Amino acid sequence: MKEPDNGHRHLLSVTQLDRGRIYDLLDSARSFSEVLSRPVKKVPALRGKTVANLFMEPSTRTRMSFELAAKRLSADVVNFSSGGSSISKGETLKDTGKTIVAMGVDAVVIRHKSAGVPLALTGWADCSVINAGDGMHEHPTQALLDLYTMREHFGKLEGLKVAIAGDVDHSRVARSNVHALKRVGADVLLVGPWSLMPVEMEELGVGITGSMDEALNWCDVMYLLRVQLERVRGSRFPSLQEYARRYGLTTSRWSGLQKKPLVMHPGPINRGVEIASEIADEVEVIIANQVSAGVAVRMAVLYDLLGGDNG
Amino acid sequence: MVFKARAKVLDDDDISRITRRISHEILERSKGSRELALVGVRTRGVFLARRLADLIEEIEGGEVEVGELDTSLYRDDVATNRAPVVGSTKINFDLSSKRVVIVDDVLYTGRTTRAAMDALMDFGRPKVVQLAVLIDRGHRELPIRADYVGKNVPTSGNEKVKVSLVEVDGIDMVEIGEDVEK
Repeated sequence: MKEPDNGHRHLLSVTQLDRGRIYDLLDSARSFSEVLSRPVKKVPALRGKTVANLFMEPSTRTRMSFELAAKRLSADVVNFSSGGSSISKGETLKDTGKTIVAMGVDAVVIRHKSAGVPLALTGWADCSVINAGDGMHEHPTQALLDLYTMREHFGKLEGLKVAIAGDVDHSRVARSNVHALKRVGADVLLVGPWSLMPVEMEELGVGITGSMDEALNWCDVMYLLRVQLERVRGSRFPSLQEYARRYGLTTSRWSGLQKKPLVMHPGPINRGVEIASEIADEVEVIIANQVSAGVAVRMAVLYDLLGGDNG
Repeated sequence: MVFKARAKVLDDDDISRITRRISHEILERSKGSRELALVGVRTRGVFLARRLADLIEEIEGGEVEVGELDTSLYRDDVATNRAPVVGSTKINFDLSSKRVVIVDDVLYTGRTTRAAMDALMDFGRPKVVQLAVLIDRGHRELPIRADYVGKNVPTSGNEKVKVSLVEVDGIDMVEIGEDVEK
């Protein structure tokens, strides 16, 4: 994807990052994670900059993670949520975007239920735009923090075997992860009901299987997507019981494994659906690591986009 | 732009004599190595700090803590020259009650040193902070001076000082020259 040019730098999609830039961001994130372990967890790098969080879809974790990242860099943060803002009074996104920028904001972090809204915003808003999840399209910072977690755990990404299980077709997390993982040379296998597999991803050199057991025996990382319960009633989705039995990480599958993969999950977990509660307890350390890596990775992204004179 | 050397200012023997002299000076002023800690500014300052620490340990015995500092998050001029990656900072010891010597390869505007001091203060409250540099090339933009100087090299603003160290560049030397179009 070509970066849109409004004179500012953006992070809209993983596809705009090449391998070198992904590694630069991951290396920087490592330094930022050191900052987060200091007695004073704050650096003056973005002093005087202002970041607006524009979340038009419910999100606690991502919004807090971005807010904390900006604050740790000494930027000022303003939060817009659809409930409490003029959006609910019928203001269009375009007007909201213009209003925010008129306030002198340097970057907008946006989450929206429709794909492409962050890209559209770059046309209306004279500032940097960061995609914090748009519809079923992408969630680039989630993919970066997942890569960061994998890299810290295994020491490398190239050649790593990553299985992504669940409703891949509707998942922006999966889409961003697939693009990011392929760029750094990891092998990807998608697992789930055929009705939820994006067939076009086979073109990217990604494997697809309907067998959770096959994937578990193959992978170094088992990335479980959250079952979006609101979709379960849809015709493409099996019942929850059937899903858990066929594609869930059950205790019998887990205990039967010779080599246990790293289990990751973007949260929040549906215990007893994509993962058995006992296993969730066992692997919650990694999931907590993913969350804390999120702040460091978002600091790296904010600093990368705003730390220059064209921020 | 590529660096074109005009003259060699220091060779490997010079650098080894300088580091030896500075390690003696540091010991003299700190009255021993007991409370001493060296913090190198990335990248080459870190290697100079390690060399000084080794020499001090050799002369005085005991162990000298060495830290590494990346100043990019504290700079006031990120806009003009920003590295693509933020380097790591490692200070795995308690700074309070320590006599800390910041070590850098070249002292120029003083802005890096200012940033290094700010970064250092976020880790604790050292008893004393001093500055050791291999080259002082003048043109300060802030009220900063070095406590230990390898060599004063008067330069003009468009000249460049290039420090090479075995650990990163395969050779020890300091050159003066200019950046020219390829």
